[in-house]
Amino acid sequence: MDHFSQGNINYPPQPRSDAFSDPTTQTLNPIVVGSSVLAIKYKDGVMLAADTLASFGSLARFRDCERLYRVGDFTVLGASGDISDFQYTTHLLDTLVVEEYYTNDGHVLKPPNIYEYLSRLTYGKRNKFDPLLNSYVIGGFDGGEGFLGYVGHLGTSYQSSTIATGIGAHIAQPILRKVVEGRENTITEEEAIQVLEDCEKILYCRDGRSLNYYQRAKITAQGVEISGPHKVEGDWQYGVKFGKYGNFK
Amino acid sequence: MKPGEVNLGTSLMAVTFKGGIVIGADTRTTSGPYIVNRVTDKLTPIHDRIFACRSGSAADTQAIADIVRLYSEMYSVNFGEDPTIRTAAALFHDICYQNKNALSAGIIVAGWDKYEGGSVYCIPLGGSLHKQPFATAGSGSTYVYGYCDKNFRENMTQQEAVDFVKNGIALSISRDGSSGGCIRIATITEAGVDKIFIPGDQVPTFWNKS
Repeated sequence: MDHFSQGNINYPPQPRSDAFSDPTTQTLNPIVVGSSVLAIKYKDGVMLAADTLASFGSLARFRDCERLYRVGDFTVLGASGDISDFQYTTHLLDTLVVEEYYTNDGHVLKPPNIYEYLSRLTYGKRNKFDPLLNSYVIGGFDGGEGFLGYVGHLGTSYQSSTIATGIGAHIAQPILRKVVEGRENTITEEEAIQVLEDCEKILYCRDGRSLNYYQRAKITAQGVEISGPHKVEGDWQYGVKFGKYGNFK
Repeated sequence: MKPGEVNLGTSLMAVTFKGGIVIGADTRTTSGPYIVNRVTDKLTPIHDRIFACRSGSAADTQAIADIVRLYSEMYSVNFGEDPTIRTAAALFHDICYQNKNALSAGIIVAGWDKYEGGSVYCIPLGGSLHKQPFATAGSGSTYVYGYCDKNFRENMTQQEAVDFVKNGIALSISRDGSSGGCIRIATITEAGVDKIFIPGDQVPTFWNKS
């Protein structure tokens, strides 16, 4: 007797690849993400800028997402990368600020403290293969002068008078450096606003995951001021004459 | 989604209007191309005036909704009043974020409470939380971003909001293979919850060559 003349779907047994055989795997992909954050030191303190877009892949999903967050009275945290991890971090920092308040010893968390804490936190999570998929910009005013630091998803951290994350690191950073470096103590508020506005305009022109509305944060001896959303006008007139390829009319 | 897993392909919408919110969903559950349930109810009650719209893995979203329903019932017992929409959304958000690697869930939490009136909260795949005047989710939602951006207005009347949701879901269904069947709509106001069922043969249709 030939038992298999019609074929037997279950013999020989094959390994299955479906929902019930695969192990659960770690995913290290950011999902809802923010694009560039820019920051500079200027005469009176520091200024940060970030557009108000949270993208879901190529979809401009949430167009009113605020990526500059005030922490205590002297610091603003800007973030690019995964928005859910940014929400986790801001919530964590809020609880820290409250706990510091309740120790009631007169000390509050200042920008260098936030910077150091985030640096330790992100590095520790990177070591456990459970990273916060963000690039953070910590801007603040402390000890009579501005403070500006960067913390990345690997735990890398540094301080500088100009910082740009995401695509801004390629497109805007050279412009920020040219205008600001060497002039940190003389560049005025108007010039600072102008250079950030110019960079946001260029990013809107060249970054496919950007929006033409952005927020600005200014931190000085007077404290934190987050303004916006400000609208950026694109520069399109040259398209009237240019755009063709080749030599046809 | 892994092969063999049951999927809420889905079109979901939630809209605030003057007086409350309107939520809507299609009724198709798929496993690959096979339609496992063609009359699914994706609008899941969490509390008296709080609903969750579920998309993604059917198992994951059912499990999460059951847990949040339990927490919401305990909230009423412990605090003597109904949880706010914001509270329910925060509970979903916490579960979705802390277990982001294991879950495949896109959820909209919506309802009416006495402090904020109607509110809508969207929790996409990564587990972030977004409060919005209106929200869409599910695979079918991609086809109606344009329709929604064009037609949404703040402070619509209840009928305008219901029509907005009905047309949005109908348009999603017409283009998304993972959405279909009937349309379920729920209106939530101070007065309570009003559920509407639109059978498949009464779903609005649009331009079609034949």
